[in-house]
Amino acid sequence: MSGDPFLKVEKLTKQFGGVLAVDDVSFELNEGEFVGVIGPNGSGKTTLVNLITGFVQPTSGKVLFKGENITGKMPYTIAEKGIARTFQMVRLFYNLPAYKNLIIPLCSRRVRRLRGGKYGEKDDAAIDLLDDMGFERDSFVPYKTAGSLPHGYLKRLDLARALALRPELLILDELFSGMSMSEVASTLPLIEKFHEEGLTIIMIEHRLKELFRVVDRVMVLNFGEKIADGPPHKVMDSKAVKSAYLGIDVEVESP
Amino acid sequence: MSLLIYGLINSVILALYAVGFSLTYGISGLANFAHGALYILSGFAAWTFIHSLGLPFAIAAPLAILVTGVVGFLIYWVLLLRLRGIALAELIVTFAAGVAILELLTWKGFYGIRYSLPLFIRGGVEIGSVAIDYQRLFVLIAGIALVILLWLFVHHTRIGLAFRAMAQNERTALSVGIESDWIGSLSLAFGSALAAVAAMVVLPLGVMESTIGYEVLIYALAVAIVGGLESTMGMVVGSFLIGYGQIAAAKYIGAKWMVIVPLAAIVIVLAIRPSGIFGKYKELEERV
Amino acid sequence: MATSEQSLRRKRLDRGIKARADTIFAVASYREILYLMLPRLVPVGLLLVMPLLLQGYWNKVLVYACMYGLLALSWDFLASCGLFSLGQSLFFGIGAYLAGAMNYYLHLPPLVTLPLATITGGIVSALLLSPVMRLRGVYFAMVTLMLPLLLMKVIETTGVFGGTHGLSGLSPLPHDAFAAYLAVIAFLLCMFAFRRIINSDYGLVLMAIRDDDRAVMSGAINIYWRKSQALFISGAVGAFAGALMTHHYQFLGMSTFALDYSILPVAAVALGGQGSFAGAALGSMILVPLSEALRALGGLRIAIYCMVLIVSIIGLPEGIFHFLERKYHQFETVSEVK
Repeated sequence: MSGDPFLKVEKLTKQFGGVLAVDDVSFELNEGEFVGVIGPNGSGKTTLVNLITGFVQPTSGKVLFKGENITGKMPYTIAEKGIARTFQMVRLFYNLPAYKNLIIPLCSRRVRRLRGGKYGEKDDAAIDLLDDMGFERDSFVPYKTAGSLPHGYLKRLDLARALALRPELLILDELFSGMSMSEVASTLPLIEKFHEEGLTIIMIEHRLKELFRVVDRVMVLNFGEKIADGPPHKVMDSKAVKSAYLGIDVEVESP
Repeated sequence: MSLLIYGLINSVILALYAVGFSLTYGISGLANFAHGALYILSGFAAWTFIHSLGLPFAIAAPLAILVTGVVGFLIYWVLLLRLRGIALAELIVTFAAGVAILELLTWKGFYGIRYSLPLFIRGGVEIGSVAIDYQRLFVLIAGIALVILLWLFVHHTRIGLAFRAMAQNERTALSVGIESDWIGSLSLAFGSALAAVAAMVVLPLGVMESTIGYEVLIYALAVAIVGGLESTMGMVVGSFLIGYGQIAAAKYIGAKWMVIVPLAAIVIVLAIRPSGIFGKYKELEERV
Repeated sequence: MATSEQSLRRKRLDRGIKARADTIFAVASYREILYLMLPRLVPVGLLLVMPLLLQGYWNKVLVYACMYGLLALSWDFLASCGLFSLGQSLFFGIGAYLAGAMNYYLHLPPLVTLPLATITGGIVSALLLSPVMRLRGVYFAMVTLMLPLLLMKVIETTGVFGGTHGLSGLSPLPHDAFAAYLAVIAFLLCMFAFRRIINSDYGLVLMAIRDDDRAVMSGAINIYWRKSQALFISGAVGAFAGALMTHHYQFLGMSTFALDYSILPVAAVALGGQGSFAGAALGSMILVPLSEALRALGGLRIAIYCMVLIVSIIGLPEGIFHFLERKYHQFETVSEVK
């Protein structure tokens, strides 16, 4: 059991009718790694996340987490085991105060088990977590209705929701989309800090510059297939990736 | 042998019940749970035209069909207009309307042996060793014709395609120029008129009373659920499954069990395979 | 200078007392305390006193109202979780049959059958509806509509538990006033309990399941287990109502699965307003006595419930309670626009 990789995805495939969203994707992750996943729009990145976290059933293939087969299990079972995710389309409860959004994961059995806290301390835990994420407690920001917060805050709230679960593996789906440069600049160190504390992270991103600063390994998807897997600079130099992003490979003729 | 023939007739009768309901709900996405009430309402309307206005059945029947279609149209404009898109509210409101109609009819005394519609043709024929009256044969032919017409309508006419477009994706349909409210009310009017057609053909076989309204709704719903919504083939298969199931239950278990078959079918199908046999969309489950 | 047309503008303002007293419950004066407590105390006080004031027929009406009120509260609770049932009569009938059968065949007294029927009724209801709780609202509603009818037909066909004729001569409750107080207290307790539950973290999770169940699932919460818990709670409340009625009328019959018990709770909540439980209570307290007053109209009553239901859903979706609540906290003035 101890020899098993942290996360192992084996020949994962998903077919939606005539569309092959994820095509025979395999990779392994070790504990503590920080991996980026990139690729053009529609390359199957979000579907891959949905497959790993149980929101979509695979057509074939396996997902193993710490040696245990979690393929096709219910999303809450997988979350219970320690895999948390954010959503591309932020899924929050806009009519509730920001901190109340965190109460829900804090009510789960996993958190109760890990925290061992007394009933009724959830509010404090939620406010603390949000304060760490930059929601200034003294300005009463965590108490504001989620719907009244600007977009950058919402994305961080979604992140907080995932972190509230105290996950061992965190999957971020385009967290920085829609965020301004300053918001990205303030959120990135947070994520790095959690990584340093031992969190394994998979990060799907379009903003390559910021991504390459923090990850040491990148996977590239195109039309559902994994076409590259390695250190960022090597991956970006590869022919397959170039043609995926830039189109047909063009040889520059010397005049 | 008699099982085969009675099963066939019963299945076609069920298909007749379901045709109107299928059109509005399965194809246009509009829930009209007043379907059963409209069915029996048309019967009582025809009866009133015959006995109070002295009209012959040949005129009373089309008139009743027209009136019921208009009532269906009105149901859209009065009840469903403001609730479009909230499927649950549509269900509740049309169901409540149906119940109100049925209870009003009962309260006014519309039940008893004197309420029946005249047969089209008297007499019968023998097929094999089974005696069948002409009315039932007529029902058979009318049912098959109606199902074929429905299929042609839905797949080959512009209005039929518009109905389906609206069920699938209302926004796109709107952007292509299909006026949602107009099509919606037409769909409801057609569905109600079809219920009336079925009533004119089937009601002469027995006595009219308002409880039939509840039964017809249950039968139509069962056929739609078992066969799968949005599928004409499903409607046909559903009617046959339940039709023969009922006759078999009556023969082998007891006549009283007939009405349990569709009820149980709805519950069981929704519990095990919600999209039905031919259901194309697995949208019935929350998870998708 | 030409005379300018005076245009008027309507303004809605919170009462001063509400603006001050809203979120901070450490109120400053007796007047403010009264402002908050009066709307709560008066109806509760009235209800608690009524069993002593009413006799005979109207006492039965009170019990009836509380019973329907329990069904409406149970509906509202399920609705807060995203489960919209058109078959409260399922819970009602199950509770009725459990209590009645236990009393008739096992000769258990009402004080034993009532709690037993409540708990068992809740479990049975949850078990029956669990396979379909993953369905989308409309289809769940359809199953809840069909199940009581199915059970009713099965009882009619097989003749179990008295079949069409039912069982009569069941043990009554000790005293008319006892029955009335039991009903009233159960009703009030249920309303307060539900309000507390919904405002707690547990209730927060339930309502979140209604709003976005995938988001809740990603928070490692088993939504189906939570839903079945909600079904148990609602089912138990409905079963209690059914058991209570069985002993109050000393009769058990198929009519406990009738449409009445499914439609009136929905009409009551539509009228009163969903989500606050007080709306459900208000709705049933209006509809039941009204329907009793119209008793002479027989079957027309159901038609009236249906029309109330339709008008409420289309015309006043927020319900009377929310409307009154708003009016209590606001006042309107008309002022000139200068």
